[in-house]
Amino acid sequence: MASEEKKEREPNFMQAHRGLNSWLYTLDHKRLGLLYLGTTMLFFLVGGIAAITLRTELLTPEGDLVSATTYNKLFTVHGAVMVFLVIIPSVPGALGNFLLPLMLGAKDVAFPRLNLLSYYIYSLGALFFIVTLFTGGLDTGWTFYTPYSTTTGTAVVTATAGAFILGFSSILTGLNFMVTIHKMRAPGMTWNRMPLFVWAIYATAVIQVLATPVLAITLLLLIVERTLGIGIFDPAMGGDPVLFQHFFWFYSHPAVYIMILPGFGIISELIAVHSRKHIFGYKAIALSSVAIAIISFLVWGHHMFVSGQSELAGIVFSFLTFAVAVPTAIKVFSWVATLYKGSIEFNTPMLYGLMFLFTFTIGGLTGVFLGTLSVDVHLHDTYFVVAHFHYVMMGGTIIAFIGGLHHWWPKMTGKMYDEGKAKWGALLVFIGFNMTFFNQFVMGQQGMPRRYYEYVPQYTQQHVLSTVGSYILTAGLFWTLIYLLQSLKDGKQASDNPWGGASLEWQTQSPPIEHNFHGQPVVDTDPYNFPEIDRSGAMDEH
Amino acid sequence: MILNLLMMMAPEAAGKAAEGAGKAAEAAGNAAASAAPGMPSAEAIQGLHKFPVEAPHSWATLPQASTFAEGVDTLYLFIVALSVFFFVLVMGAMFWFMHKYRRLSPDQKTSSITHNGKIEFLWSAIPAVLLVVIFIWGEIDFVKQTAPPSDAIDIRVTGQKWSWTVEYPDYPGKILTSNNVEPRVTMIVPKGRPIRLTMTSRDVIHSFYIPAFRVKRDVVPGRYTNMWFEPTQVGEFNLFCAEYCGDQHSRMTGIVKVVEPELFEDILADYAKLEPNEGESMADFGGRIYSIRGCNACHSTDGSAKVGPSWKGLWGKTESLADGSSITVDGADGENYLKESILDPNAKVVSGFAPQMPPYAGQLSDQHIEALIAYIKTLK
Repeated sequence: MASEEKKEREPNFMQAHRGLNSWLYTLDHKRLGLLYLGTTMLFFLVGGIAAITLRTELLTPEGDLVSATTYNKLFTVHGAVMVFLVIIPSVPGALGNFLLPLMLGAKDVAFPRLNLLSYYIYSLGALFFIVTLFTGGLDTGWTFYTPYSTTTGTAVVTATAGAFILGFSSILTGLNFMVTIHKMRAPGMTWNRMPLFVWAIYATAVIQVLATPVLAITLLLLIVERTLGIGIFDPAMGGDPVLFQHFFWFYSHPAVYIMILPGFGIISELIAVHSRKHIFGYKAIALSSVAIAIISFLVWGHHMFVSGQSELAGIVFSFLTFAVAVPTAIKVFSWVATLYKGSIEFNTPMLYGLMFLFTFTIGGLTGVFLGTLSVDVHLHDTYFVVAHFHYVMMGGTIIAFIGGLHHWWPKMTGKMYDEGKAKWGALLVFIGFNMTFFNQFVMGQQGMPRRYYEYVPQYTQQHVLSTVGSYILTAGLFWTLIYLLQSLKDGKQASDNPWGGASLEWQTQSPPIEHNFHGQPVVDTDPYNFPEIDRSGAMDEH
Repeated sequence: MILNLLMMMAPEAAGKAAEGAGKAAEAAGNAAASAAPGMPSAEAIQGLHKFPVEAPHSWATLPQASTFAEGVDTLYLFIVALSVFFFVLVMGAMFWFMHKYRRLSPDQKTSSITHNGKIEFLWSAIPAVLLVVIFIWGEIDFVKQTAPPSDAIDIRVTGQKWSWTVEYPDYPGKILTSNNVEPRVTMIVPKGRPIRLTMTSRDVIHSFYIPAFRVKRDVVPGRYTNMWFEPTQVGEFNLFCAEYCGDQHSRMTGIVKVVEPELFEDILADYAKLEPNEGESMADFGGRIYSIRGCNACHSTDGSAKVGPSWKGLWGKTESLADGSSITVDGADGENYLKESILDPNAKVVSGFAPQMPPYAGQLSDQHIEALIAYIKTLK
């Protein structure tokens, strides 16, 4: 690194071709990553606007800002868009696409055309969601519970068809990534020398490929029931509504890990690189991802402790849920231990990494309450659950995603953002997020049910606090968007390796050239071997 | 943040404050019922209720009003204590490392530790053991919640969009309902007696949730679900629907009233009584039925369309029906039509409305229906 001369810079992947078609027909994983980034952020805005409207409505106990029907459609839009169009595709679609081949030392993913197809299938699914919005909306909640979804007059078929199509994008991306990881690692990159981000994407891909078909079948059955009147879930036609919940959560619980595992991967990179320390317990972190992927298939019934499923089933699911908590705890402990005797730099990516440890630990611990049978009976379907999954999905995945975006922004765009402004943004996000969601645990414990348009006045104070927090959070996110866009225009040129990272994506120029690397990179150590690298770097200088 | 944590750690004090407030409310209630102590006043029965305040300040814990509540809360607090301990431990280590190992110079040496089998085993095994303890504790309490004693009082609960109907098979004819316009006493139970609910739904999934009792169970169409509890405190407690069920989900609420066992039958009879008062006209009595039995949930009296057609101007009007025919609501035909529409609502459906009203056959007597028709006639 130190010996590298100032070379003539080659055109980067964005300069290699010009024009709209060079983007629309691109097979370059980096361009597809950016397309995913743009699209998911657009939908993040849509889901966010819905959320802010909901929070504003909840400022007062009475329903006054919007009608009850609109409120129900808004929380459905918020949930469905955030889950299906933002969180699931964001990290794998945007960061995964961009980084996976770079981290593996490959020129592209295994099937670049399939990759482009995935993006278009995703866009088609998203289009169905947009059509849903403009044809009367959907009021079932993102969970589509029957028989409400069988009987409501809103656009259930369009929306479920959208989710059905999105599933294929998810499956194809997962397949593509799995093959890429198996077949396209650089010479010398054994499984134990892969960056942990790659391990996390691998575990995610396995779940995507195995679980998503179940969702597809479930949604198809729902569409069949609605359009052809064949009774599957609706008891009025001889169906079983609880069967739908089993099918739905058989996918949607593993899907929770589709959403969080990539976040875990990002955090492993951030913590190690910015403390210049070998990640603590590489194997434990890598294998716990795989353990989580496997156990995640066996815990879906913990969403149904009060649904009328058998008590014995509830007990088994509760036990397995506790089993999934152990690998998750191992990860958190390992990240914190990585900081020990490190050289910690408090730049923005690291601040998000540390923020993740704070919020995700709360998210994880509160999961224990909900996995506990007798306590869950009280807390189920209250704001406690709302707070818990926002601490995991937003405090986990989204915080990790924003941290990852800052970490790889120089690599992706070739520009540095304003570090001072970014730190203010991180502070606003941290304060806003915790203010919005922490007291929702208390509210839930006091019995406030979720999905309530109006509420008993005793909860007013809590709701006001939440809403004010959500405004601060919004301000922080917009602030972040603004300085990131600003950096594209007048940000400082980023160096190839601004953080001193050791994985392969930092060995190419920023932004990378079209084919990623000059020649085939070779790997002879694991990517967290900073003390070793520092020593050999020091020797080079002599 | 820190304040929240502290408050969560000190719920005992908060609970006592809540108890105090509850007692004050009870005293006020007693003062209102001056005629017979403990017996509800006429106003109370007429439905002038408010939702009880169970969490008088932001950090209060709920009243523990059933035999399950204390157990659930104890386990809850045990998990809170463990969580706080581990959170402080992990965050403490994190902040300590952040301070101690902050980058002071660019070439700061870092340790080459990569793992430590002993410590990794410990931090896997210790949480695993604690989690098993929590699992077993929760499982024992949960099993208790699923096994009602054989001497329990049976109550049948029916959920429908958007009200609860509570029937007492041991006390024939006693029916209580909630409605989505005003808070009403929806269930009356004696203190210190086990109660078993057998529940079902007429349309979509609902969930019967009494936070003060720490009990909740989904109410599912096409099958029966059971739930039981034993109230330990006299008073009024919130009842919520906890499973999203459409537009008025947040209004599918009611009040559970716990009374002294010796007063139970009398109070139930008072609340479930649906007879004309002395000197009350049939139309006025009909007006009371309209509100007590929750007709007002779906039918307005001011001409606005709700889930069902408005009653304003209904008498004398010509309604067009979904099957293309029409009917003039007047004379004997009009009375027959109204009666049929109450007992078997889907026989003739007004066009533009979904056939979703539940049949009231067996729930309203001929006298009730006559009163309702008399009331409708007054709504010009």
